Amino acid sequence: MDAIILQILNGLDKGSAYALIALGLTLIFGTLGVVNFAHGALFMIGAFCAVTLSKLLNLSFETIDPTQTDFLGNPLKVKTPYVIEWFGMDTGSAIIDWAVPLAILFSIPIMICVGFIMERGLIKHFYKREHADQILVTFGLAIVLQEVIKYFYGANPIPTPAPDVFKGSFDFGTMLGFDPNVIIYPYWRLVYFFFSAVVIGGVFAFLQFTTFGMVVRAGMADRETVGLLGINIDKRFTIMFGVAAAVAGLAGVMYAPINSPNYHMGMDFLVLSFVVVVVGGMGSLPGAVLAGFLLGILESFASMNEIKSLIPGIDQIIIYVVAIIILLTRPRGLMGRKGVMEE
Amino acid sequence: MSKTNMTRRGVLKTGAVAGAGVALPTIFTASSAAAYTNEPTGGSVTLGFNVPQTGPYADEGMDELRAQELAVEHLNGGGDGGMMNTFSSKALKGNGILGKKVEFVTGDTQTKSDAARASAKSMIEKDGAIMINGGSSSGVAIAVQGLCQDAGVIFMAGLTHSNDTTGKDKKANGFRHFFNGYMSGAALAPVLASAYGKDRNAYHLTADYTWGWTQQESIAAATEAMGWNTVNNVLTPLASTDFSSYIAPVLNSGADVLVLNHYGGNMVNSLTNAIQFGLRDKVVNGKNFEIVVPLYSELMAAGAGENVQGVIGSMNWNWQLQDEGSKAFVKSFGEKYGRPPSNSAHTCYVQTMLYADACERAGTFNPCGVAEALEGFEFDGMGNGPTLYRADDHQCFKDVLVMKGKDNPSNEYDTLEILEVTPRAQVEYAPDHPMFAGGDLGSCNAG
Repeated sequence: MDAIILQILNGLDKGSAYALIALGLTLIFGTLGVVNFAHGALFMIGAFCAVTLSKLLNLSFETIDPTQTDFLGNPLKVKTPYVIEWFGMDTGSAIIDWAVPLAILFSIPIMICVGFIMERGLIKHFYKREHADQILVTFGLAIVLQEVIKYFYGANPIPTPAPDVFKGSFDFGTMLGFDPNVIIYPYWRLVYFFFSAVVIGGVFAFLQFTTFGMVVRAGMADRETVGLLGINIDKRFTIMFGVAAAVAGLAGVMYAPINSPNYHMGMDFLVLSFVVVVVGGMGSLPGAVLAGFLLGILESFASMNEIKSLIPGIDQIIIYVVAIIILLTRPRGLMGRKGVMEE
Repeated sequence: MSKTNMTRRGVLKTGAVAGAGVALPTIFTASSAAAYTNEPTGGSVTLGFNVPQTGPYADEGMDELRAQELAVEHLNGGGDGGMMNTFSSKALKGNGILGKKVEFVTGDTQTKSDAARASAKSMIEKDGAIMINGGSSSGVAIAVQGLCQDAGVIFMAGLTHSNDTTGKDKKANGFRHFFNGYMSGAALAPVLASAYGKDRNAYHLTADYTWGWTQQESIAAATEAMGWNTVNNVLTPLASTDFSSYIAPVLNSGADVLVLNHYGGNMVNSLTNAIQFGLRDKVVNGKNFEIVVPLYSELMAAGAGENVQGVIGSMNWNWQLQDEGSKAFVKSFGEKYGRPPSNSAHTCYVQTMLYADACERAGTFNPCGVAEALEGFEFDGMGNGPTLYRADDHQCFKDVLVMKGKDNPSNEYDTLEILEVTPRAQVEYAPDHPMFAGGDLGSCNAG
């Protein structure tokens, strides 16, 4: 029982990342009809927003400490962040420590701008092209973006820790009556799960309860009719591209403390997120979220020693096996709609 | 009216023979025109540096390349000479190799076996490289070593830690300066037993490929010999990025030590995940829970950040060593590039120097002569103390470093500290040791 609870918890944070990325993918596909293979790169850029803010907050001036030497035997240059100089040790250190949460505010305008430039500058030229063309151009764009990041930040992962208050784990098992250390869960992963739930809830509320969202939903259902009513649906869809980019970026920002960001992290999530979208049903936002959590949890279960001893290698293929089974039994995915991506 | 004897079948046969002749790689035909593959004929000789320039190990590859360029500079008489001044062999004069100016070409392994073979092949066939050096993966090293054996050039391996490189996959044309999994185990086990006690239960997470398997086997054998018990060994896919589902069951397994047989991004992520789960804050079986990373690198330690603090591992070499060779190399490298060299940079630099020295002592670039000069070669002054290139398997035997993540690093390079320099005698093993069995060195191929 404890192992099952443990793997469900593990699946929740993994599923949170899948769900957030798949939600953005589905938003773009549902509104603009574009299969955006650069979406993983947006997730990666979000994580690097956290890295960038952390580096900005650590911008330092150098003073020479004659009592210490560097690796060449020269007097050591000691770096002091400007933030600490300006705000004092306690406040300055606290600001640096909270770089990742602060990066949420930092990343939203950046990601919306990146999304806007991406859509207006490149992707809009491929709206009326085949899906294969869209996949090729967005995949190429993803590679360009990751190489740009690698050029500026290098190939090595960059540690971007969570605030000290969220370090370590809490003993979830003792709350449920289990022995100590049986079910432990890191604080930050719990934060990530709740953060994802808030973002997902926010996107749904925005689409459901605002006039803008209502128009977007109407456009997703029947673009031509909405256009005939004199509404500039293209403009709204462009804004939705920015929103989807921001969602992916936020997912990346908050993921930075879980695994040190590197230029390739978007690609690591991209294929899995596409499987999530397909399993959830093309164009279905609730389907993307449901499939994200479902596949995240199943992936965690497949990593259990008991399961791996029965079916070696199952942890590497479980998502694809489930995708095959679901597509065979429900060709439109879990919550797919008739007519989406069907000729 | 003239009549030719040309028939359709004749044309096809002629075409097929001509096509096969054109398609036949020059690698197999060069020997007819020269004594050995890529015999230098002009005033220069070309070395091939095959390192990851793209992909996840690109930073490590760039550091290897910096060291290789520095070695070429020193061989040609530039700079301050670096380790040439401390090397026990005095065959190198700073006038190139055998009087020929040293030039180099580079290839990108991408840390993929097929790409590494393709880039090595291109450097040998198109650029005339007479030796291939570098790399940051055992899978790549084994693949390129096989190619060099067939092509008739010497392969001086870079960072490769799998026992198989000089074990079951050893080749007569291949030479490894870097240490291996067995040596890590032999060096680490006594230190671990001393630091954490002999009554420990270890849980291994192991990257599912040749390096991970041999390292796990080596560490488990060495720690079990000290009294530890191996509770479990879980193979993790190389493509894994989140290890939480593998780490979560560890505390519930009765283990009080987690051994991470991971390297590169895998290691950074698995260690970060283990720290997030608070493993090192726990007490299990009445003992503090500990984490061990058997193979460290400076770049990995930097990637893992504060998570490496207090974690024990091993290295081939470290810039903090205070012997004359290490100091000379760190000074040359640091003044040229503004940073201390990594242990992969060190091994690539030393391998280039050792190759050049062997050519000088052999008086030829013929790979069979060079191999003979390297076999059984005893040397010193290259940063690892007295070292032997054993003839039986082309493995270097030297001191091994046991490292520990530094608690209060003073700068970005100050992430690890040397806990112990394990003497060479403690990490030596017989050529027919079971962990290295199954291979055949074969005979040298000059092309």
